[in-house]
Amino acid sequence: MKKMKLNVMAIMVLALMMSTQACKPKNAGNAVSADAAEKTFVAPGKYDEYYNFVSGGFSGQLSVYGLPSGRLLKVVPIFSVNPENGYGYSEETKPMLNTSHGFIPWDDQHHLDLSQTNGEIDGRWIFANANNTPRVARVDLATFHTAEIIELPNSAGNHSSPFITENTEYIVAGTRFSVPPDDKNGDVPINTYKENFKGTISFISVDKNSGNMDIAFQLQCPGVNFDLSHAGKGKSSGWFFFSCYNTEQANTLLEVNASKRDKDFIMAVNWKKAAELIKAGKGRKQAVKYASNRYDEKTHTATSTIKTEVTVMDVKDFPELVYFIPCPKSPHGCDVDPSGEYIVGSGKLAALIPVFSFDKIQKAIADKAFEGDYEGIPVIKYEAALYGEVKKPGLGPLHTEFDDKGNGYTTMFVSSEVVKWNVKDLKVLDRVPTYYSPGHLMIPGGDSRKPTGKYLVAYNKITKDRFLPTGPELAQSAQLFDISGDKMQLILDYPTIGEPHYAQAVAASVIKEKSVKFFKIEDNLNPYVSKGEATTKVVREGNKVHVYMTAIRSHLTPDNIEGIKMGDEVYFHVTNIEQDWDVPHGFAVKGAANAELLIMPGETATLKWTPDRVGIFPFYCTDFCSALHQEMSGYARVSPAGSNVPINFSTGTNLPKPDSSHSKK
Amino acid sequence: MKRVITAAIMVAFLYACGNQNGTPASASVAEEKKEASANPSYDPNRGEGKFKAVEVSGKLDAAMAENGNKVYSVKCSSCHKTTDEKLVGPGWKGVSARRTAPWIMNFITNTDEMITKDPKAQAMLEICLVRMPNQNLSDIDARNLYEFMRKNDGVK
Repeated sequence: MKKMKLNVMAIMVLALMMSTQACKPKNAGNAVSADAAEKTFVAPGKYDEYYNFVSGGFSGQLSVYGLPSGRLLKVVPIFSVNPENGYGYSEETKPMLNTSHGFIPWDDQHHLDLSQTNGEIDGRWIFANANNTPRVARVDLATFHTAEIIELPNSAGNHSSPFITENTEYIVAGTRFSVPPDDKNGDVPINTYKENFKGTISFISVDKNSGNMDIAFQLQCPGVNFDLSHAGKGKSSGWFFFSCYNTEQANTLLEVNASKRDKDFIMAVNWKKAAELIKAGKGRKQAVKYASNRYDEKTHTATSTIKTEVTVMDVKDFPELVYFIPCPKSPHGCDVDPSGEYIVGSGKLAALIPVFSFDKIQKAIADKAFEGDYEGIPVIKYEAALYGEVKKPGLGPLHTEFDDKGNGYTTMFVSSEVVKWNVKDLKVLDRVPTYYSPGHLMIPGGDSRKPTGKYLVAYNKITKDRFLPTGPELAQSAQLFDISGDKMQLILDYPTIGEPHYAQAVAASVIKEKSVKFFKIEDNLNPYVSKGEATTKVVREGNKVHVYMTAIRSHLTPDNIEGIKMGDEVYFHVTNIEQDWDVPHGFAVKGAANAELLIMPGETATLKWTPDRVGIFPFYCTDFCSALHQEMSGYARVSPAGSNVPINFSTGTNLPKPDSSHSKK
Repeated sequence: MKRVITAAIMVAFLYACGNQNGTPASASVAEEKKEASANPSYDPNRGEGKFKAVEVSGKLDAAMAENGNKVYSVKCSSCHKTTDEKLVGPGWKGVSARRTAPWIMNFITNTDEMITKDPKAQAMLEICLVRMPNQNLSDIDARNLYEFMRKNDGVK
């Protein structure tokens, strides 16, 4: 009797230990395997195996890392200004950040998707979302420049974006914050959410050749919060799946009021059917206002166009277009396995992971196995769509990626771990702690039809004691795992910029060979280009002074400029006439309420300067370019308004000419 | 091995650039130079690059020279005068007599390797202190530029 009691107690203690262990990660010392350094060491001068593209979160930018080293290779400015290279400051790039609200210098960048052909990463472009002022960007992976940004009307909180179809036909953008449509009176009481607020899903078409994006159509859906999405693959490639929460339609204290229902939804959209309906002329033309900004690689200049119309289909008017599938507890991640058969919804408050079957969904639709409707949209019975549930995976499942061996890997925010499970039998195979509380995770190709099975990166939301303390604010930690064996092994921690959300990665060979090394000066079509020093000049047009300048190691031409007057706007159009890799020149002028320019070889960039006082203003190259970099400088003279100092410019003329007006007023 | 030597020479050069009175650096440059010119397979009159023999007529090809002039004004004039005056790099007056056609064309198309290897190029770097940028000239650009240099040197 006593013995039995003891045994029971022992089991209870053991169970308690196990459960605390599951929730509280072991310390780092015993979590790292002995060969971790060998697995992540990339010798000096050697290349990494993968490009890893990581969203910058509240930095607004995209960061590029090498894997497995975790070395930061580049930060690509997208939605935030970048004084470091003049993005958003130069005259050429300002239009990229134009919106219907005017110029916006910042956004919150959450998700990335690499372009695909036949469900495989093709390495042409990477797409990025802006969450705050809804936009989608396309980054060209030959130049690592932001090539295009398109704004989304009828939208707010562009969160379930920019996920793509398997041939990059469309990018989706689902609104996280439902709002009244742009053409309706928005001046309504906030608590009329149910009546006035709508959720909009945008389908953005991508031109096969140029990559140019346009809003093909929008689906007006019930007012809920659309969270994440992924397109179907293979047999399900004509469908798109969106997670949604706040089906309670709360407009305040969502923490409580949007967590009341036992199940929210995965929304399944038959996008091929939607595209056919649009082609057949369905939908309503709606007057809206949104910006379409494109960067031209030949003129090195962006243009912003305000567009005024979009085609909208109200989904309740088009049967067989959209279905809801109940999904437990405010689903967050919505991920589709490489075969396209299994759709994984991750209820962030759930203690299980439901896996839905595409075949069963199709059958349920055919059999009309509906439990009712939600604002006119059929709701499929949970069991009729469910393939099965991963039982007791951990607490707070968020996101799932897949490997090449039929396994899924899900981050558990609350219990701070990554859980590996088999997609077929839904059994948990392995679990490994992360430090701490992972959000997204990423396997190279892990959301494509052809995932790899070597590395997994978890992007943690909490860093705490992982790195040397740097005051209250800490860099977010990323953790690299070796997943090639049965057990996941932590092999590297590294800090990141901003707050990474989703990420992508692809074998370096897919991208590195086509990387542009410099822009051909012959092809430069910027209207203010100087092709050689002979064409440099200074031209006055009213109160605008245009300086056509060249930069080459180690001088600027012209480097002595006179005749600028108070009240003038000075435009320095600097052309870097180098034609070799990795020779940018910088340009900055004293007192300019502006950033610098960083000009790539063969490129022209323009810095606007409004002098605020009379005097001599040095300008110089800011990027150490050569042994005589410190000599790469010049002077601009600013005279009072109404002065008769003529426009004069030179390089290499050291002494004043006799009888020159240099010292006269 | 070849890479190692190249890297060593480059390091020596960088050091030489930042250290004008540093005898050790100059000494090592001199040594490397000896090694380079001692290499029997290296032809210092031809240089290193794709051009071996260049067909040059006794008379000037004016059209080629004109195209060369265009290349000069965009890609070369920032640093080279057509007189004998040094700007960033040496003036071009007389260059077609000082150097062979293959040497010039190799130098302007295979700049980095030539600066690293060629004794004459290295000697110029010690004077100018700026590594000549590779301006990515096509083969035709290079030939036209050579013709422009000949015109500049009075070939009719």
